[in-house]
Amino acid sequence: MVESNELIFEVSQPGRVGSSLPVSDVDKVDIHEKFPEHLIRDTPAELPEVSELQLVRHYTALSNKNHGIDNGFYPLGSCTMKYNPKINEDVARFEGFSRIHPYQPGETVQGALQLLYELQEELAEITGMDAVTLQPSAGAQGEWTGLMMVRAYHEQKGETRTKVLVPDSAHGTNPATATVAGYKAVTIPSNKDGLVDLEELKKHVDSDTAALMLTNPNTLGLFEKEIVEIANVVHEAGGLLYYDGANANAILGKTTPGKMGFDIVHLNLHKTFTTPHGGGGPGAGPVGVKEKLIPYLPIPRIEKANGTYVLNSNYPLSIGRVKGYYGNFGILVRAYTYIRTMGPDGLRQVSESAVLHANYLRKKLEPYFEAPYSQICKHEFVLSGSRQKKLGVRTLDMAKRLLDFGYHPPTIYFPLNVEECMMIEPTETESKETMDAFADVMAQISKEVEENPDMVLSAPHTTVIGRLDEVQAARQPVLRYKKEESAEKELVKA
Amino acid sequence: MTATFRYLPDTEKDQKEMLSLLNVHSIDDLFEDIPVDIRLEGELNIPKADPEPILLKKMSQLAGKNKHANHYPIFLGAGTYDHYIPSVVNHMISRSEFYTAYTPYQPEISQGELQAIFEFQTMVCELTGMDVANSSMYDGFTSLAEAASLAVASTRRSKVLVSKGVHPESRSILNTVARGQGYSVEEVNLAAETTDLERLQEQMEKDTAAVIVQYPNFFGSIEDIKEIKKIAAEKGALLVVSANPLALALLQAPGKLGADIVIGDMQPLGIPMAFGGPHCGYFAVNKKFMRKVPGRIVGQTSDEQGKRGFVLTLQAREQHIRRDKASSNICSNQALNALASAVCMSALGKQGIRHMAQLNLEKANYMAKLLEEKGFSVVNKSAFFNEFIVELPISVKEANAALFDAGIIGGYDLGTDYGSYNHMLVAVTDQRTKEEIDQFAEVLEAVVNGRV
Amino acid sequence: MTATTANLRYSKEHEWVLQLEGNRVRIGITDYAQKSLGDIVFVENPEVGDEVTANESMGTIESVKAVSELFSPVSGAVISINEELEDAPETINEQPYDKGWLVEVELSNPEELEGLLNEEEYEAFINEGEE
Repeated sequence: MVESNELIFEVSQPGRVGSSLPVSDVDKVDIHEKFPEHLIRDTPAELPEVSELQLVRHYTALSNKNHGIDNGFYPLGSCTMKYNPKINEDVARFEGFSRIHPYQPGETVQGALQLLYELQEELAEITGMDAVTLQPSAGAQGEWTGLMMVRAYHEQKGETRTKVLVPDSAHGTNPATATVAGYKAVTIPSNKDGLVDLEELKKHVDSDTAALMLTNPNTLGLFEKEIVEIANVVHEAGGLLYYDGANANAILGKTTPGKMGFDIVHLNLHKTFTTPHGGGGPGAGPVGVKEKLIPYLPIPRIEKANGTYVLNSNYPLSIGRVKGYYGNFGILVRAYTYIRTMGPDGLRQVSESAVLHANYLRKKLEPYFEAPYSQICKHEFVLSGSRQKKLGVRTLDMAKRLLDFGYHPPTIYFPLNVEECMMIEPTETESKETMDAFADVMAQISKEVEENPDMVLSAPHTTVIGRLDEVQAARQPVLRYKKEESAEKELVKA
Repeated sequence: MTATFRYLPDTEKDQKEMLSLLNVHSIDDLFEDIPVDIRLEGELNIPKADPEPILLKKMSQLAGKNKHANHYPIFLGAGTYDHYIPSVVNHMISRSEFYTAYTPYQPEISQGELQAIFEFQTMVCELTGMDVANSSMYDGFTSLAEAASLAVASTRRSKVLVSKGVHPESRSILNTVARGQGYSVEEVNLAAETTDLERLQEQMEKDTAAVIVQYPNFFGSIEDIKEIKKIAAEKGALLVVSANPLALALLQAPGKLGADIVIGDMQPLGIPMAFGGPHCGYFAVNKKFMRKVPGRIVGQTSDEQGKRGFVLTLQAREQHIRRDKASSNICSNQALNALASAVCMSALGKQGIRHMAQLNLEKANYMAKLLEEKGFSVVNKSAFFNEFIVELPISVKEANAALFDAGIIGGYDLGTDYGSYNHMLVAVTDQRTKEEIDQFAEVLEAVVNGRV
Repeated sequence: MTATTANLRYSKEHEWVLQLEGNRVRIGITDYAQKSLGDIVFVENPEVGDEVTANESMGTIESVKAVSELFSPVSGAVISINEELEDAPETINEQPYDKGWLVEVELSNPEELEGLLNEEEYEAFINEGEE
């Protein structure tokens, strides 16, 4: 395989083109006769000029330098890197879904509205909520939508509450969301078992508490057993309970956030419901709420009236719009297709297998790494590289060494409350053989740390590029290609 | 249990072996930590599973209930457009090394994604005339709200002015966001169909953080960014421009007209309409705001051997590091769609994008002229790009019903947002042929005459 | 072992203060602080003319994977900032007490200097933290 390192701009040659547009079949328009001169572009945008095959070779070469789930095991904790089914991709590309405009009259898009309506209903059932909005584009936007509803709920009762409580093991979006929703984020320390410390919680919950944000199972992969008590503490103070659905892969068909006492839930469809991560997005973060929060849901809402599906924006207490149109529709189509593929029985088996796999892999790895929490886990678990750190090898080094074996490393250095943390989530779609092979490699790396640490410290050895200088990248940021610079470089070479 | 679901590989034997290593009898033992009271009794009440061939048929039938642009020439725009998408785009984003990857936090095995995004950032900078662009936002609407928040934070002022020529959904989302962040939003009225510059001047205060306009605006018309910049700059406010990236092939780059932040949606360049999403917001700024940009940014660097490579950089801005001090909570973005639009921009190229923009300009102008010849009046006083307002002697609803009967999806009804129920916003893209445009005008003429 | 200098005053937030003529002081971060931050990639200083308040944030300092608030050890008006840091933030790592200074401030309350630590006290303070 020829390795290409050129930027597409460096491949570009004036006069080439990679697309074909028709010649105009209507009267010519001279832009200079239409627009004021100072609003007409004076210098063309330097977009690349390549033939279609050059374009294909370029992006194919790039794809060869990328690792996806289809390439190999991806045990990235809290990200739920499960298989992304192919049927979902096909269905989302049906012209009846991809070639429709969001402002078409309702009667011309009944299929799309029906799909959205049914997905709302199904996600409400899966989460134990009373209503769902599909608008948020991602988990973080779902969180913000949820907290804006929390705010509207308290304000409607004439209350101004200023605090949102977040456990120390929470994902960074939780405190950041609290801030952008106008709240002060207050961190609650975990107890020695890695769970919410009920006594600490009681100290922080008061009439100023708007909500508690929680994942359950939490980011350590542990189920908050005292969740009912936690919910009571928050509710008694008049606060609401927010469920971060990042870890919902552990509970499908086993329990629901509704049963646990949560008032608001977001789901990451790109985690639990198999829609692809796309190298960072697009995702979707639908939000479900209990009855008392329904009036505040974003508009428009999708409803069914006399057998017809309609959009309804007539909700005066709504927090308003949070996202253009109706959410990331193409992603919602994929999630709907997945739910139809699995059904109730399949979804339950998803969580059962996800939990079985995580526990199995945990057990296989425990001899080699420190396990700060050794109880039964749910869909993921954490290990600490503290033993290896004493030998001068950090978790980052071991993560880089894993790359040599074709694995994507686990999530590292998160959650923040575990030293040299490795957070591992095998997911239900991986086979036992894959997990066994991964465990063998992890065992080998732990042995290397003892016997040949340089092998690990200087990893990766087989990737297309070595460890990159992140300090240089941040100190003198080069965030775009500039033609002149590379011309200078050529000159220097010559 | 045997493996009955194709995504679940465990055989009975696998399960037995795993359970035995764990020294438990059944999978249920692994769920003992869920209190009995909150366990789910019975099955979820959702439809039973369908095997693949049956599900494909059902999904195809569901999609078939929608009238789509391949069968119905569409004249709707208003923020989402039916443009040519080169076939190569879908093929490239269907490389599963791209679409099944997570965010490129491990650069050694993510160089493909990182380089593609670096190239995307460059293309956005080229089109907008700005120094720095990020790797994408959810959509153009939320991108606009983030721009307003950035302006408020960096100027330490508390009010933004937004033109009524900005998309109604952008303004609506901006209001929601501003409520959370505690700044105020004031709208600026229109003079004809562009921002009323006198009113704008009057509304400027020393507490105004930003002036936000759209280019071309919601009605297709070209706002005079240069004049607006002057007004904003007099009071030290930032200029935020929401721009259609395709129109920028012909229009002066906002960066050259003094814009401080340029945002918008890449949908016109390589992204299907898909009922409104997923699309792809972009976000570009002057160098001055480089370290305040929300979301992920890719930067160039080198490895120990001096080989060029790419990493996510300036991460200290982001939520996973700054937590409650972060100025934006964005995490997931729209990376795959940024890739789609980069592939599309590469396929169109320097010449092609101008050609495509020119086709839009000419077809919309042809339609406007044709409608005027038939006695309709075009409302736009300023020059427009690929959409414009036509005033009808009947309601837009009535006109659209007649158009639909003739197999055409008509324009956007400005009634709900602007109260003028006989004003239709008509978009004419490169996809519309002369025949389709002629037919549209003839149907409109017939329905109006038929009524008289 | 981290370096300190005798002619400086220190804050518990690991800033140093050097008295210049009159009520002018120069502020930087200590060697201990730069070591714990690691490779510094960016400094967000206040602007000339800004008022800073003792023990309140006056800016931020970034390494690749961390951001720290800069707490002003004194109150007053910023009269000068070290512009070289914009292009060369690594100067703080290299010469924290010299070319890596951050800002100069005209004190509004010179008595605040009395509340700061001397070299010996600061060394004791960081050793306490290490244990």
